[in-house]
Amino acid sequence: MKKNESYEEFVKGIWRDNPVFAQVLGMCPMLAVTNSAINAIAMGMASMFVLVGSSFLVSIFRNVIPKQVRISCFIIIIATFVTIADYTLLALVPKVHKELGAFIPLIVANCLILGRQEAFASRYPTRLAVMDALGMAGGFLLALFSLGAVREILGDGALFGVRIFSENFEPWIVMILPPGGFLTLGVILLFFNWFKYKKDEFLADVAEAERSGN
Amino acid sequence: MENLPWIFISALLVNNFVLTYFLGLCPFLGVSNSLETSARLGLATTFVMLVTAVCAWVLNTYVLIHAPYLRLICFIVVIASTVQFIEMLIKKLSPALFRAMGIFLPLITTNCAILGLAIFATNRGYGFVEGIVYALGAGIGFTLALVLLAGLREESELSNIPKLIQGTAMNLIIAGVLSMAFMGFAGLFSSS
Repeated sequence: MKKNESYEEFVKGIWRDNPVFAQVLGMCPMLAVTNSAINAIAMGMASMFVLVGSSFLVSIFRNVIPKQVRISCFIIIIATFVTIADYTLLALVPKVHKELGAFIPLIVANCLILGRQEAFASRYPTRLAVMDALGMAGGFLLALFSLGAVREILGDGALFGVRIFSENFEPWIVMILPPGGFLTLGVILLFFNWFKYKKDEFLADVAEAERSGN
Repeated sequence: MENLPWIFISALLVNNFVLTYFLGLCPFLGVSNSLETSARLGLATTFVMLVTAVCAWVLNTYVLIHAPYLRLICFIVVIASTVQFIEMLIKKLSPALFRAMGIFLPLITTNCAILGLAIFATNRGYGFVEGIVYALGAGIGFTLALVLLAGLREESELSNIPKLIQGTAMNLIIAGVLSMAFMGFAGLFSSS
């Protein structure tokens, strides 16, 4: 039972309540850094570290933080973790850090992270909060990666820098430029809408069949 | 030292905060359903950007040279308290303006365009006047993008759009087309 509960919190973030596709949160870093798969993954990992770290801390202190100043407390905790992530990336992978540039400090303003602290971590025990953070961050990473991969494949003809098309492939430069981000995410959301629409239609059909059966 | 008109035009059109840097997308997609509200939100944001630019400059010049690793925490705390302070000030001085801005003032705290502005201005080493001009350009650029999208969305409500594409998906595709149009401005400056 206990195990199922944490598993449930983990899975919901990946698919059903996926922060990007289902809730449309955290758009800014989402679009800005996904012009290649490797940048997208670096951004996803950094966000994951910040989200899990701050959820853990917020959840531990949830009974100590006064209600009136909770948002400021959350933001300071998040900003601390982002600073750690920023300096760690600078030390380990300076090249990626340079490409992500100002968007690493901007993780602070990612509404997904603050939203999870307010909606979940400040109300639930530590174990559940960490599982929820892992799930949400996993879903965010998945979304970043799928967007980054599509844009890199179409815009550059490569994935992780490895060419996957023949020499004749003409790259769609626009995909790695800013408009490509908007268009790709628009089309992915369109696909999700279609998926949901089909599912609703299917459920309606089943209900209809049951009713006529009776 | 770059010249001031260049900084202004660059922040306004060529490197538009919303359409090129993807900053401030939450309000961009969230409140752009009517022309009037988006113009108001744009003005409020421009105002906060100006104040933030001044604060960032003061912090950078006097405080953060001693402790650069505190930059992010300082900025975020200063922005949050500035917004709170401006809110109180406007409420006291002009209740009419306060009512007009309504819920948007507190929401601006979580707008990443504001923090982005402070960070970009710091990274480029802008001075006091340059910072203000940069903030003005970025704020007006943000308003411009918001008003453009709101206008397009108001038009689209009158037309017959397939149910499948309505909502965020369509807004993103409209934004993509707008962003493509703004790419044309990149030709204004060969050095950009």
